[in-house]
Amino acid sequence: MVSGTLSVDALLDKMARETRTLIDHRNLTDPLMIGIRTGGVWLAERLHQQLELQSPLGVMDISFYRDDFTQAGINPKVQPTQLPCATEGRHILLVDDVIMTGRTIRAAMNELFDYGRPASVTLITLLDLQRRELPIQADVIGGTLALGPDQIVKLNGPDTLSLTIRQRD
Amino acid sequence: MFEANDPNSIQLTADGQLRHFLTTEGLPRELLTEILDTADSFVDMSQQQVKKVPLLRGKTVANLFFENSTRTLSTFELAAKRLSADVLNLNINTSSTKKGETLKDTLMTLEAMHSDMFVVRHSDSGAAHFIAQHVTPNVAVINAGDGRHAHPTQAMLDMLTIRRHKGDFAPLKVAIVGDILHSRVARSQIHALRTLGADEIRVIAPKTLLPRHIEALGVKVYTEMARGLRDVDVIMMLRLQKERMQSALLPSESEFYKLYGLNRDKLAYAKPDAVVMHPGPINRGVEIESEVADGPRSLILDQVTNGIAVRMAVLSKAMSGQLSQRSESGQEEQA
Amino acid sequence: MNILIQGGRVIDPTQHWDELADLYIQDGEISALGEAPAGFQPDEVIDASGQIVCPGLIDLCTNLREPGYTRKGTIASETAAAAAGGITTLVVTPDTQPLVETAAVAELIQDRAADVGFARVLPMGALTRNLDGEQLAPLHGLASSGCVAFTNMRNPIASSQTLMRCLEYAATHDLLVIFQAQDNALAANGCMHDDTTSTRLGLNGIPEAAETIEVSRCLLLVEETGVRAHFGQLSCERSVRMVEAARERGLDVTADVAIQHLLLTDESVNGFNAAYHLQPPLRSQLDRAGLRQGLVTGTIAAICSDHQPHDPIAKQAPFAATEPGMSGLETLLPLSLSLVEQQLIELPQLIETLTAAPARILGIEAGTLEIGSPADICVFDPNAEWEVSEDSLRSAGKNTPFLGQTLKGRVNVTLMDGRIVFRR
Repeated sequence: MVSGTLSVDALLDKMARETRTLIDHRNLTDPLMIGIRTGGVWLAERLHQQLELQSPLGVMDISFYRDDFTQAGINPKVQPTQLPCATEGRHILLVDDVIMTGRTIRAAMNELFDYGRPASVTLITLLDLQRRELPIQADVIGGTLALGPDQIVKLNGPDTLSLTIRQRD
Repeated sequence: MFEANDPNSIQLTADGQLRHFLTTEGLPRELLTEILDTADSFVDMSQQQVKKVPLLRGKTVANLFFENSTRTLSTFELAAKRLSADVLNLNINTSSTKKGETLKDTLMTLEAMHSDMFVVRHSDSGAAHFIAQHVTPNVAVINAGDGRHAHPTQAMLDMLTIRRHKGDFAPLKVAIVGDILHSRVARSQIHALRTLGADEIRVIAPKTLLPRHIEALGVKVYTEMARGLRDVDVIMMLRLQKERMQSALLPSESEFYKLYGLNRDKLAYAKPDAVVMHPGPINRGVEIESEVADGPRSLILDQVTNGIAVRMAVLSKAMSGQLSQRSESGQEEQA
Repeated sequence: MNILIQGGRVIDPTQHWDELADLYIQDGEISALGEAPAGFQPDEVIDASGQIVCPGLIDLCTNLREPGYTRKGTIASETAAAAAGGITTLVVTPDTQPLVETAAVAELIQDRAADVGFARVLPMGALTRNLDGEQLAPLHGLASSGCVAFTNMRNPIASSQTLMRCLEYAATHDLLVIFQAQDNALAANGCMHDDTTSTRLGLNGIPEAAETIEVSRCLLLVEETGVRAHFGQLSCERSVRMVEAARERGLDVTADVAIQHLLLTDESVNGFNAAYHLQPPLRSQLDRAGLRQGLVTGTIAAICSDHQPHDPIAKQAPFAATEPGMSGLETLLPLSLSLVEQQLIELPQLIETLTAAPARILGIEAGTLEIGSPADICVFDPNAEWEVSEDSLRSAGKNTPFLGQTLKGRVNVTLMDGRIVFRR
């Protein structure tokens, strides 16, 4: 079991390299990067810069698309999704901090498709916690992590990014 | 929290979530603020390209309007549709209910249609409470106006409009002008403003249009505009119905307009940056001068836009509260 | 039939009795207190130890719904409920269908009650034809057929001249007029007291003036005509003061109050609970205090139930659309006993408000255990607790705001004319 803090910068470098390879390999012309609030946005900002992407960065809030409406209620602090251009026919690079059950990504894709039909969607996450409940996988992963039953991981930001792992309250 | 024998506690689940929205009275400040915050995000959303969210997908919202109202009905319909709900509009002809089919019978017939939510407008005070008490469990009831008792969504959209223009409620002096006696909007506004902490709430009307002991609701009573509007930040005008001239409550529309109608001269009694609101539809030349209604201080059109967002917030919060009662508690966080 | 009621605390204000003693009944009459009459052999012994023995209660205002509204109750069901509540004489309002404005209906009601045999029923007659406030009803004929008093209920008599003439006519024949004072125009559309609660709930209010204006008008005309008069079910403190002032001036008017108005206020309506939709409405704390004070000083001489049984649907609608009234025969005694518990009045004084005072008001010989009078007796346990429920109530009307509550004081035996009409 891991505990304490982890360096994000090293993982980011790895993710940037792998994403570059993938973009070239799959011929993803003029990709549109979209970060999922909040952690995904922090990561996307850095990746967007490192990859020197042309199209401006998009920001997505998936609160209204979550499937745990009954347990969690509605988040009153939702800020709107801001996509700088149409997604129809574009190659999307979707960025999030963590993939665990896969439900957030499912919600993000549903929302994305309400905006239009993309040409492709590539998923980039910092961490994979390997507790899938849906058949969704990331294309680029910073690292995998096996947490203990009472542990949670959190991405801290926005200025300096770091990961902390701690016991659940 | 709320008291167990507080009659308005029927609106909340055991852990304080909204499950019916019947009146602004008795709801905690945090809850009213959450409704406003949620509505804010829906306002922002309505300016986006994609105006729909799937929050109520697969759910049915039935609009039960026992009293006619195109404007309220259509905003509720739009709000439900933007939440991806299926909508049933039931304009119930009051004459058939008078013929012996009681409200209770009507409800039982409707229940067979398996709605998840009823939005109710009725001419009897307490009708929404009655429906909430008799409806099957897990069906949310939203009050779209009952008699003279409450019109909570109108009050909330008014609060949202005030907050978006003035920010904090604490320093505000708010005046409500017109037929307070017959107004469910005024009552709901007064409760909401008190809970949200407005500095001063005033009502301005002739004695015939003031309810008995209205001061007990926490308002200051004025019978003239000059004194009542002094230093006021927000002026909320109420609609005057024609019937009031028939029951010795008022001599004529023109006398009412002369004394209580909001024109530019009277507007000058208030603060220079005071804003003007009206729940609509407005009677030009009776409650308000056209130049004021259409003027730069008027927030009347904003109220309409905010109405859809507030109703979306209320519908989704109430549905969420009802569903949380149904489901087992799940502590899983999503990722 | 010889009956011995043994070991109870016998309380009869008319005889100034309040003692542990045995009570003897022979041939339907009270024959002795304390010492057995010579040669007395009881056919039946009722053990009244730990219980109160008092005259059967007299309820000045009830509605048995028959003829005409038998969906809500019948003479059979409601007199049975009365007996279970220790009530042996019921005064019923004339708003049956058809109205008690003909000898036939007055006699029908009394015959039916006698057939069923649970309680005495004394009808009130309509003061005006159709209760419409225009023409006199045949008061003398109705009185001959058993009507003990006349009332126009809350229906308006618009013309003061007409009202005065009705009172003059009643005075001619020494008939009692009972006022349920209400100014119709002021009360129009109202369903509760006009005050802060009605303002908050957005319900049309009935202002205090709706009662006081009519009380005032009636008092002046009573003084003018000299008619025997009684005010039924007052609800305002101000009305009490007006009646008190009139009595101080020497006017012999009396008043009663429904027990619920001594205990509840308009605040109970919060939440739109239709069980509290009453007529006259529950009023403010000040009014309740004034009514309670009126009872203590004697301005209010009697307590009644104002029993109004309803079918369930009558109360299942938004508040203003429900029918007013509560079912009260079986809760009259325990609720009244709570006044003793609250130390407002003593037990003998309370019993007087339910027995001797109503009899005096009506001018009938009842409400007493005087030797030789008909054996109308109530035996009750003042400490027995019971839950008010649909099962425990015998009335067809389960519409009481006290449903689900536990009350203290329960009747065990009721006798009428020396016959046991109720036994638990």
